[in-house]
Amino acid sequence: MNQKYWPLLATITVFIALFVIGGSMYNNFLSTLVLGHILADNAFIIIAAIGTTFVILSGGIDLSVGSMIAFVGVVMAVLDSAGWHPLVTIAMMLAFGFLFGAFQGFIIDYCKIQPFIMTLAGLFILRGGCFMVTLDSVPIKHPFVKMMASTRVPLPGGGFLTTGAMVMLASLVIAIIIAHYTRFGSNVYAIGGDRESARLMGVPTRKTTVLTYATGGIYAALAGVVYALYTSSGYPLAATGAELNAIAAVVLGGTLLTGGVGLVAGTLFGGMILGLISTLIIFHGSLNSAWIMISSGILLFVFIVMHRFLIGSFGRQKLS
Amino acid sequence: MTGLGSPRVELRNIHKSFPGVVALDDVNLSFQPGRVHALLGENGAGKSTLIKVLSGALAMDSGQIFLDGQLVDVTSTTAAQAMGISTVFQEVNLIPAMSVVKNMALARNNGRYGFISWKRARKDATDRLKRLRLDIDIERPVGSYSVAIQQLIAISRALEDNTSILVLDEPTASLDAKETASLFAVINELKSNGIAIVFITHFLDQVFDISDDVSILRNGQLVSTDQIKDLTRQDVITQMIGRELDEAEHTAADKSNFTAGKDMLVAKGLGRHRTLAPFDLTLRAGEVVGLAGLLGSGRTEMVKLVFGAIQADAGSIEIDGVKMPKISPQKSLRAGIAFCPEDRKAEGLIGELSIRENIMLSMQAKRGWLKRVSRKEQEKLAEEMIKALAIATPDAEKPVGQLSGGNQQKVVLARSLASTPRILLLDEPTRGIDVGAHAEIIALIRRLCADGMALLVASSELDEIVAAADRVVVMRDRHKIGEIDGKEITRDNIIQMIASQ
Repeated sequence: MNQKYWPLLATITVFIALFVIGGSMYNNFLSTLVLGHILADNAFIIIAAIGTTFVILSGGIDLSVGSMIAFVGVVMAVLDSAGWHPLVTIAMMLAFGFLFGAFQGFIIDYCKIQPFIMTLAGLFILRGGCFMVTLDSVPIKHPFVKMMASTRVPLPGGGFLTTGAMVMLASLVIAIIIAHYTRFGSNVYAIGGDRESARLMGVPTRKTTVLTYATGGIYAALAGVVYALYTSSGYPLAATGAELNAIAAVVLGGTLLTGGVGLVAGTLFGGMILGLISTLIIFHGSLNSAWIMISSGILLFVFIVMHRFLIGSFGRQKLS
Repeated sequence: MTGLGSPRVELRNIHKSFPGVVALDDVNLSFQPGRVHALLGENGAGKSTLIKVLSGALAMDSGQIFLDGQLVDVTSTTAAQAMGISTVFQEVNLIPAMSVVKNMALARNNGRYGFISWKRARKDATDRLKRLRLDIDIERPVGSYSVAIQQLIAISRALEDNTSILVLDEPTASLDAKETASLFAVINELKSNGIAIVFITHFLDQVFDISDDVSILRNGQLVSTDQIKDLTRQDVITQMIGRELDEAEHTAADKSNFTAGKDMLVAKGLGRHRTLAPFDLTLRAGEVVGLAGLLGSGRTEMVKLVFGAIQADAGSIEIDGVKMPKISPQKSLRAGIAFCPEDRKAEGLIGELSIRENIMLSMQAKRGWLKRVSRKEQEKLAEEMIKALAIATPDAEKPVGQLSGGNQQKVVLARSLASTPRILLLDEPTRGIDVGAHAEIIALIRRLCADGMALLVASSELDEIVAAADRVVVMRDRHKIGEIDGKEITRDNIIQMIASQ
């Protein structure tokens, strides 16, 4: 077994274990119905996390994700009340996400600015943009949105996949292809592994950085679209802190925060674990939501410590 | 010149400077097909800059590169590779976390529309490794292989069908004897295929083992190019670190009637496994001890062991006859030892801070962080230092990063002196500074010594050691091999001791 799959295996093991624990505690927990719900409720965060996976693999970070989700939502909602067709606004917002991400990536590389501070600026700008557009929650009423919300694909065992869940799974497949079967994907791993070596090996580092943040941006925008369809509204305070959940999902999925090591598929399970924890605690009923964050935090902590030891063997062998 | 037909690559009048340093000064070199050309020089001589220019990783300020007689413009590593100039850089050459095949496929076209055909990539990787007779699992991460295998992977990645010149930067730095031998077998085979090979190393034995031609660089200038058969070890060492200078011999004469003061620091059997063999060293008041040896002989390591910047695993240090319980930089500072490191940018100075702030750093550390030095005191001290060391600056508030190399070095010295040390350790005090500042620093070293300080000065410039030292410790291959005293301190004696087998 290749070492690089160990973190993914650990993630999947934890996911299955949590699912089985849930099943042993509550009737009907081990069902496609619960699974479908977790997928539906967490689709947007997992989509955002898939984009964040590329950014983290390249050795960077993107904090503008949550604001992007809210911004896409409010613009869609306001344009909806102005009579635009959702498909047009969706295409527009995806293009905006791509360009905004590319801009962040360009500034990061060109001005040699830490990604943390650049995307923090992006976070403020986009969140401020939300308040410029509207201060209230604006409903999206177009029949297309209603149709999307009611479209479901039944699963064996009574469960179903929502549109959001399907979009998420499709974008995951695309991301896996990008990460593992394109030159761009390889370049992302390379600059995250060792930027200077990658440059000397002929990897176009600027182009790769710009495209990485553009990918992060378009996935964040797509997450915004899915979130808007899921809630049928746009709200300027929506998805506050979603970027941190996305980062947590990526790390739980086995991607190394320092870049260069990880698998996109892991992010799906990382996001599902977070969803499973909150579902378990909601099922319990008497425990308050504080425990969702506490247990997510503890799990995150255990994972990063575990990675430290698993990943140690990947490092360059150093002279003493 | 070698005079062996037309060169594969010819470099003409290459200039390259970095802020405060001239890295390459009018360098002319040519590399012949089917010959191994060794490039020698101390740290900072310009070897790495030269090959970075040749391989497109750095842009030169002026100069020309000819490939098979054609003037070429090497704009990037990718462009160089396409022209047939392949380079394996020192240490940084592969992505350790990625598999062998992924490393091989990086930045290469094998598949359409930006996609990678892993089938083709695998075949390509296997073929390339086969050329070097390397049979390894290409799916394993590169970092899981030994450094020797990584080196061979990097070479096979760099080699193209059209490769006409292969540049290897310190390929043997981390290989053992057996691994080196197998690398040399590969080099000899490539050589017989008519590839020109440029080989950078600091192991003299290897130069004599494998190379046909030798060029020596010093302070960014080409000293000489010769065929190896016309050279002796002594010639090479002389050209690398020695320099004819009447002035130096003159200063040596002045020291003949020197008598040293009391022992201030005595190291007994100090050493560290794989870093430096245990050695004895005594530093006396009013005496400059020079530390001579080639690059990689353990000069820097000795200074750092004494200071505690590298933790010793054997031996002990006595200061004024009292044994130090534990050697650490903080304890050393408290005991009155100051250290000026070799790489002033990385270890010594903080470029954004002003001269005053840099000077205060070590003094504050010695006092402990709770007892603050008042601003007024700081300014007074900084002014004194600027005057005493003749640092060329309008005032003490100028950021150190904006000073010239020589003045930066003086600030490093000032900082060490501010904590009023009794023992001063200097590693390469004149690295990368111009000749005028050079003489000033040496004069300063002599003056400090006259004031009763004990000094240890490590240097790659033999003349500097001859000029400054009362006693010379000679290093070779991470061992102290001897000491030379008083009148015996001459360039020739030191070179002979290093070259003796």
